[in-house]
Amino acid sequence: MSEADHSIVRLDGVEKHFGAVHALNTVDLVVTPGECLGLVGHNGAGKSTLMNVLAGTQIPDQGRIVIRGIDSTDGYTVATAKQHGIRCVFQELSLCPNLTVAENARVMHRALTGFGWRRRAAALILRDLDEIFPGHGIASQEIVGDLSIAKRQMVEIARAFSVTDAPADLVILDEPTSSLDAVVAQQLLTFVRRHVAAGGACVLISHLLGEVLSTADRIVVMRDGAVVEVRKASDFDRDSLVTAMGSVAKDGDGAGAAYASKRADGSPKVRARPAGQVEGPDLTAHAGEIVGLAGLAGHGQTDMLIQLHAARPSTRHTHVHGPVALVAGDRQTDGIFPLWSIAGNITIRSIRHLLRHALIDAAAEREMASQWQQRIGIRTPDMENNILSLSGGNQQKALFARALASDAEILLMDDPMRGVDVGTKQEVYRIIRDEAANGRTFIWYTTEMDELKHCDHVYVFRDGAIVADLTRREVTEEKLLHASFEAAE
Amino acid sequence: MTPTLRIAARLLEKPWLWAFAAAFFVWLATIVFTGGQGAAAVLTAALAFGTFSVIVGIGQMYVITLGPGNVDLSIPATMTFAGAASMKIMDTQDSMIFIGLLVALGVGVSVGIFNYALIRLLRIPPIIATLSSSFVFQSAAIAYGRGIKIKPPPVLAEFTTARIVGIPILAIFTVILAVIMAVVLHKTVYGRSVIAIGQNPRAAGFSGISVGFTRFATYVLSATLAGLCGFVLSGFSGGASLNMGAEFLLASIAVVVIGGTSVAGGFANIPGLWGAALFMFLLVTMLNTFGLGAGIRLIMTGLIIISVITLAGGKSTGR
Repeated sequence: MSEADHSIVRLDGVEKHFGAVHALNTVDLVVTPGECLGLVGHNGAGKSTLMNVLAGTQIPDQGRIVIRGIDSTDGYTVATAKQHGIRCVFQELSLCPNLTVAENARVMHRALTGFGWRRRAAALILRDLDEIFPGHGIASQEIVGDLSIAKRQMVEIARAFSVTDAPADLVILDEPTSSLDAVVAQQLLTFVRRHVAAGGACVLISHLLGEVLSTADRIVVMRDGAVVEVRKASDFDRDSLVTAMGSVAKDGDGAGAAYASKRADGSPKVRARPAGQVEGPDLTAHAGEIVGLAGLAGHGQTDMLIQLHAARPSTRHTHVHGPVALVAGDRQTDGIFPLWSIAGNITIRSIRHLLRHALIDAAAEREMASQWQQRIGIRTPDMENNILSLSGGNQQKALFARALASDAEILLMDDPMRGVDVGTKQEVYRIIRDEAANGRTFIWYTTEMDELKHCDHVYVFRDGAIVADLTRREVTEEKLLHASFEAAE
Repeated sequence: MTPTLRIAARLLEKPWLWAFAAAFFVWLATIVFTGGQGAAAVLTAALAFGTFSVIVGIGQMYVITLGPGNVDLSIPATMTFAGAASMKIMDTQDSMIFIGLLVALGVGVSVGIFNYALIRLLRIPPIIATLSSSFVFQSAAIAYGRGIKIKPPPVLAEFTTARIVGIPILAIFTVILAVIMAVVLHKTVYGRSVIAIGQNPRAAGFSGISVGFTRFATYVLSATLAGLCGFVLSGFSGGASLNMGAEFLLASIAVVVIGGTSVAGGFANIPGLWGAALFMFLLVTMLNTFGLGAGIRLIMTGLIIISVITLAGGKSTGR
């Protein structure tokens, strides 16, 4: 009998594209009963996409999904996954904040019908909460929105393990401990071991390598949308895992140019400390510097940028000398004015400087727009076209133009290259280097290792605080990962 | 495309065109029914009465353009209070007209500040904040005016009803006001800020726009125009009465929407206010001419406003 026959799930050559981005590249994966599979890799490696495919929330472009030896690729949906006992605890919690804990349990369990369903739902969810998190202190009639983030996560996890009509054979835990404290996290990991010992299966995704090493039976390492290593957990140690996750440093394109400190003379343009950071290095940026903010996603880098943007000119822990502009990464939410032309979207940051007799000078606006169309290469026949007529990459260029065309001496960039193709990236990197050479300061939050190689200084964030300050010479992927993960121990 | 065609195509894209077209057809239907009688008189009346809707409509348009949830429901109460206060201060003396105007505008500014304080400091949604402040100011007007209709000074009454070759002087002034406010909307930092906030308040903040100040200024602007409208309407209609603002709650919103301004915010135009104000008056005139009762008239007005929003909404919500 082959391995496939007793596997719960087998993925064969799964591929997934998002536009130009290759999120999954021919991925094979097997999960068998009675095992906990660890899944690691850094941001954007494809872990979450892979789990979305498994849970049925995203349909793969290529490849097969085999469940208990039966090809289920066609028409595979969330319902199919659920029916076969595949459950998922996503990173973004999926509870309804306006409902009680018991009602949220009912949302997943359709079998709870008829009179008294609330009571039965409460009993169900409490049983699992007690089982996984003894002493949890959650009442079934509490409104989820009133619970702390940690308790919400506990409810979410307990709900994923609760059983009515469909089994919970394979539970996917995507960063389940990200908001749990050490004690509760340990309760969960202990329960996971009990669950697999009883013949269930788990996929554990975590940035905390320690808990993956201690809990998982096998570990799958992903990088750039592909599985690069699969080994027994006992064959890995922390260092070999970090090495497996990192990609080989690429150079060329002038990014890794020799480091020369720009801090010899003059006072810094920016000096700030994240709100809530007690000790550790301040963030400092001088004229002409490109400063990178690194670390895992959501560890306070964007908050830092917003803090800097809001601090004109200075607050107690934040000193910003000079006008500031922000290049949004989340274009739709933070950047684009959807009813305006490309030109209007570029000039809005600078209208105060385009006045003639107190009125906005249309000719000066057109001039600025066409000048930046040339400089940054926005591909459009007419800058008066609506901004949404552009591709995502070109919209992002327009947002860069908005910031660069302004009087800003300090440019804040909030991971702006998300979903931008390689060619456009190279063009923008060149412009950033040129503008820095002209004396502008860039503060650049990025989740991409390659982009940090453009930075003179890199500050690594963890849990809302700066934990490391590396010069360009010192930046290696291993060092960054070590700094990002240190707290796990 | 020939130049003429291109101009025609450009014109068809103008959001205000439909309001004027509708006004024209309603007017045509009326004079066809009457056999051409009173064609000019109807227009004069439409201009005279439309003026007031346009004045408050400008303020409402700026507020609505700030984006979803923004609306000023305190306009009627502000008009009433400003009208009552200024009429009482002037006490029918011509020498006090300027003081009376300042009082009316001052009432408007105060209401605007009060509204924004409720919205910002107490975090009350604009729709509730302006509605509750309108109860406060309506009651203030009742307490202050004691329900007596105070006559305007003769010169004010004369000015607000005067005409040049059939065109009300007040309408001419309001056209000038509308032109100025159109320039403010499209050509000043403030106007740009209003439109930007209406499309994407977060992006506006990140683009260096002072979101809080712009919203504050806009609520003050709306209330101030309502104060001005209360002042001139009191002059026009022979004094301030307690229900003089009532019909302007719907009218101020209707002229904005029918005029082609986006209900979702971020897109506005001034000419449409005039087209819509004329249309609203001419519509009622037409229904009157046809001999329909008040009930039918109101139902028709409501239905027509709903259909205009539905038709216009199909385009402007594609965002």
